[in-house]
Amino acid sequence: MIEFRGVTKQFPDGTVAVAGVDIVVPPRKTTVFVGSSGSGKTTLLRMINRMVDPTGGQVLIDGTDVATLEPVALRRSIGYVMQNSGLLPHRKVIDNVATVPMLRGEKKAAAHARALELLDTVGLDRSLADKYPSQLSGGQQQRVGVARGLAVDPNILLMDEPFGAVDPIVRSELQQELLRLQGELGKTVVFVTHDIDEAFLLGDQVVIMQQGGQISQAASPAEILANPADDFVADFVGANRGKRALHVTEVDGRRLVVDGDGRPAGVLAS
Amino acid sequence: MNWLWSNLDLVGELTLTHLALSVPAIILSFVISVPIGWVAHRYQWSRGVLLALCGLLYAIPSLALLIALPVVTGLRTTNPINLVIALTLYGIAVIVRTAADAFDAVEPDVRQSATAIGYSPAGRFWGVELPLAGPVLLSGLRVVIVSTVSLATIGAVIGVQSLGSLFTDGLQRNIQAEIVTGIVLTMALAIGLDWASVAIGRLLMPWWRPSAAVRRRTLERVERVDAA
Repeated sequence: MIEFRGVTKQFPDGTVAVAGVDIVVPPRKTTVFVGSSGSGKTTLLRMINRMVDPTGGQVLIDGTDVATLEPVALRRSIGYVMQNSGLLPHRKVIDNVATVPMLRGEKKAAAHARALELLDTVGLDRSLADKYPSQLSGGQQQRVGVARGLAVDPNILLMDEPFGAVDPIVRSELQQELLRLQGELGKTVVFVTHDIDEAFLLGDQVVIMQQGGQISQAASPAEILANPADDFVADFVGANRGKRALHVTEVDGRRLVVDGDGRPAGVLAS
Repeated sequence: MNWLWSNLDLVGELTLTHLALSVPAIILSFVISVPIGWVAHRYQWSRGVLLALCGLLYAIPSLALLIALPVVTGLRTTNPINLVIALTLYGIAVIVRTAADAFDAVEPDVRQSATAIGYSPAGRFWGVELPLAGPVLLSGLRVVIVSTVSLATIGAVIGVQSLGSLFTDGLQRNIQAEIVTGIVLTMALAIGLDWASVAIGRLLMPWWRPSAAVRRRTLERVERVDAA
């Protein structure tokens, strides 16, 4: 369990990135922080592994204040996946995946054997192991990024807009893959995105952030759609624009679901 | 040509001496410049001062430096160590800016990702920043190689043996073949060392594909033009 208690981050120039955030990230669930840029969502994520230290309040992992933990050791115990994969371009795929176990002092042979298994886990062919990241497609690189994040079998996996830079088809594939993985592995996933559809798809808990680093609403997708906390949330999730205001209409004897603008969204299963 | 055949021993010996002067200077200037370049990259406030100071080194007239150095080192004017020091200083002037640029060129995303997954600052320097700065560092090293090999000939003027001795001797005795031999061998040495440095670079950086990078950039440009 990760707990933010009255967490604030003010940068030296006076900008407030996060303002008094209280939120609990439940274990073995996916929590998605969603908001536009400048809402402090990435800053919150980075506080968990001490890439950023709060100027006020505490971040606790299973009751321990992370400020009391040594940053490098802490980071090696938490999986991290970022946009554009963040792979080391000068190391082969297998070495990238084995990086953190080897930083933790694991033997090369053991780390490589496990890295190969992880390629299977994320749906990559083992023949890619000896390639360099630049020889892979964007989607493949992102999968390697996920494999690297899982390499030390961490309890916590931080994902910072991991699918932001790939095309929509590949993104959809990766999202489904993550859902499958999460179903199998049950990690505590903290995911950051600016895409509300992605947030609703992946999140057990969705935390909607607004400008100035405040939480507007934290709830399950269904609760947010049913009871948006305020106009900002309603607007952000698209309830006001009719995007989510679906209704049923009958065409040629089949019941279609259409949105507020009359665009078909799907067929109602009987 | 007759001159060359009858002086092969001398030419061979001078070539080796020339190597013994330039290679240590090249290595020293590289090894000294990399940390200076890193500091200039890491602490932006120091960048202007460091790069300006190192650049100024190049403005010192070489003959003046060669005459002044023995006073500082306490060694005889003809001691080759003075020349190696002078060549090292000029090498630093040539490569320091490139070294700073080389560290600037490491993508911030990669640096940040290395930190995020648990590299310590020292581990990140040796394992990530230095290797990724490699291609640009190598490009700087290649300039230093050529300039050092050519500059080493100046030693002949103050009596330090090198391929430059073939110029001075050839001039005094009016043997054109000797002068031409000196020029050709100096250039050949520079080109040979340059090739060797690229070969070593390929060996140390198997991930580095200069042609591939160029091809990718061209492709991206084509795509952009297509999109427009």
